[in-house]
Amino acid sequence: MLIEILGSGCPNCAKLAAHAQEAATKLGIEATVKKVTDFGEIAARGVMSTPGFAVDGRLLSTGRVLTVDQVLRLLKGE
Amino acid sequence: MDTSTPWGAALNFFVGDIIKIFVLLVVIIFAVSLLRTFFPPEKVRDRLAKLPRFVAHILAALLGIITPFCSCSAVPLFLGFVEAGIPLGVTFSFLVASPMINEVALVMLLGLFGWQIALLYIGLGLVIAIVSGLVLGKLKVEPLLQDFVLKNIGKAPPMATIRQTWGDRASFAWGYTLDILRKVSLWVVLGVGLGAWIHGYVPQDLLAQWAGRSNPFAVPIAVLIGIPLYSNAAGVLPLVAALTEKGVAMGTALAFMMAVTALSFPEFMILRKVMKVKLVAIFASVVGIGIILVGYVFNALLR
Repeated sequence: MLIEILGSGCPNCAKLAAHAQEAATKLGIEATVKKVTDFGEIAARGVMSTPGFAVDGRLLSTGRVLTVDQVLRLLKGE
Repeated sequence: MDTSTPWGAALNFFVGDIIKIFVLLVVIIFAVSLLRTFFPPEKVRDRLAKLPRFVAHILAALLGIITPFCSCSAVPLFLGFVEAGIPLGVTFSFLVASPMINEVALVMLLGLFGWQIALLYIGLGLVIAIVSGLVLGKLKVEPLLQDFVLKNIGKAPPMATIRQTWGDRASFAWGYTLDILRKVSLWVVLGVGLGAWIHGYVPQDLLAQWAGRSNPFAVPIAVLIGIPLYSNAAGVLPLVAALTEKGVAMGTALAFMMAVTALSFPEFMILRKVMKVKLVAIFASVVGIGIILVGYVFNALLR
């Protein structure tokens, strides 16, 4: 599973990345958390408020630092 | 408490203001961030794209008030707007209003100056945002965008909408409120503390001579001083409030507050990634001139 955090590297993006990693570990899924920091690509993916959160290329959340619980729910919903 | 001594006056001022401001911070930031979960910028953008130009300017400025803005999100917002084909001038109206009229500044104004000045600030901020956007739109500055932005104009990426429950919205709003509180608390206490000291110890009208209505240079100088103070809006506004009691004219104070919130070096550096230096300079000048004019008009009207 590929989890992408789309954002310019602001503190919120780092926080969300940590939450995503923790949730993936909890679920016992093999997941790569990748940070997408290129502005052109972030915009091209339709994200206007950072951080964006995408799983396997599908954008699931924008503009918020999801909690570990919220990430868990999104990952399970997949 | 004996408010006739300088110490008593200062302490009274400090405790009263601190309590009022923290209550307002929690209530207003929670309310605004709950409201903003209904207006994600992706949705805002799609609405704006369909409106006639002038209406779009007004709505862009209004939406700027409730749309989350921090300098780190300025670039994706800007790109999202421009690449969806929203006119550059309308995008600028949004870009000016968003940082200038933010919930923290609003709380500080309400708590320190009362609702009349807070409303005045919002109204004038909207006027500056709308007019600056109209002016920048007329200047035909599109060639001054960075090349990669120009290439993508009109190529709107698919809109990202995410369904949210009330629980999601409330948890977002509460998290955001705590986040802001963490960031500004120290500044609020320091600012209000220093303001209280000024209130109690600095002689009345000390500053009237330099920053009163009679000095024509006070407004532009106040705006220039305000530019580097962006990150400390929460700490700076209590000082401004205290200084207005000591003879700083209200228009000068308003112009200063607007410069603190709307013009900032970190934002300029970030905008540099999507605009050429010349455009950042034009943007800052147009907004700066707007703020200075508002300061003068107020000094002439408010007595």
